[in-house]
Amino acid sequence: MTDPDDRDHHHHHHHDGETPHNTPLSGPALRVKALESLLVDKGLIDTKTLDEIVDTYETRVGPKNGARIVARSWVDPEFRKRLLDNATSAIAEFGYIESWAEDMVALENTPKIRNMVVCTLCSCYPWPVLGLPPAWYKSDAYRARAVLDPRGVLKDLGETVPTDVEVRVWDSTAELRYLVIPERPAGTETWTEEQLASLVTRDSMIGVAGLTIPDAQK
Amino acid sequence: MNSIHDIGGMHGFGPVIAEESEHVFNEYWQGRVFALRMACTFHEEWNADMGRYARERMPPAQFLSASYYERALFALETLLVESTLISSDELNSGHATAKAPVTSTLQPSAVAAIVRSRRKARIDADVPASFKIGDRVLTSNAQPIGHTRLPRYARGRRGTIDRDHGVFAFADTNAMKRDRKPQHLYSVRFTASELWGPDAPASDSVYLDLWDDYLERA
Repeated sequence: MTDPDDRDHHHHHHHDGETPHNTPLSGPALRVKALESLLVDKGLIDTKTLDEIVDTYETRVGPKNGARIVARSWVDPEFRKRLLDNATSAIAEFGYIESWAEDMVALENTPKIRNMVVCTLCSCYPWPVLGLPPAWYKSDAYRARAVLDPRGVLKDLGETVPTDVEVRVWDSTAELRYLVIPERPAGTETWTEEQLASLVTRDSMIGVAGLTIPDAQK
Repeated sequence: MNSIHDIGGMHGFGPVIAEESEHVFNEYWQGRVFALRMACTFHEEWNADMGRYARERMPPAQFLSASYYERALFALETLLVESTLISSDELNSGHATAKAPVTSTLQPSAVAAIVRSRRKARIDADVPASFKIGDRVLTSNAQPIGHTRLPRYARGRRGTIDRDHGVFAFADTNAMKRDRKPQHLYSVRFTASELWGPDAPASDSVYLDLWDDYLERA
């Protein structure tokens, strides 16, 4: 599969159905295409490998992994204890991401403590459990202000934190990755672990959103 | 280095805005940059800290106007040329003048294993810790021209050791000399008022992961 047009057909994430082979490339798209072609000629990369990497991150890694960990921590107090004590080894109990785990720390939200994660120096993020970060997490606006004015940033994202709740911001400055364990929503006492996992959002595990039961499921 | 990547605490970037619907890679070329980086890293000519240092050296004005994946592309081009995997002439012309001196490339079948076998920064070495949980520490106010993971907003500040993560490779020397200089890494808690002055909410705090070399007893 060396025909670039053929490759492009396998990707469907272009704005407004635009396909790169029909539109003249410019800017970074052109530069990347030239670099890829140079690196193939240099014998440094294999094009099919690039397809495999993109597919892995588009389809096999994502916040569902983290959601299962959070749901387990809600129904299994012993697991929760292990997770808070040593997140790296507790997460390894999930066979499907066993060896994907980086050094992890789990942060417990309570009625009086809100945790929120940022990386002010780059965009460090727990890929194995949440996939790749959303654009806002990588934005200069978030990286600049999350440490200085976390309550303002939370308000931007639709969350108001009462003044009697402590806000803890975690700046990922080293090779530790943080997973926020949001509070379990009231009214889910009879839910199964699987149902609970479906409730857990990416943003709640970054610490910028609480969780509620959608009206349809009440 | 004191460059524009070190953005924590700055004003003026506007509100944090979450995109309504977002793909893992919004554009084809972004996924290619991501995959190229991983496929090139396979050759072990650089480590993650060297990768971050390459991105930080993008000229500030250019950095601010570039998107996340354009910054990543700049870093990749820089690393490829500095490692001599390609020459700057080849990068500029797009034409390979000779094959690179490598014997293999990352293959599609090996992607899953590579993703799982992320090289960990944690080091199994018996290095004594300079501090224990609860100790008061003062951060360095050095202004290194090379890579560092001590952001400007937390330099010369007093905090408390919250947890000891164990022994890790030291990013500063690992980026500049491929010297891992194993030492203890701690989570250090700073009150919001220590970092941002008396108007910051008294209950709030910021946690950073900091190595022994950044800290002295307060």
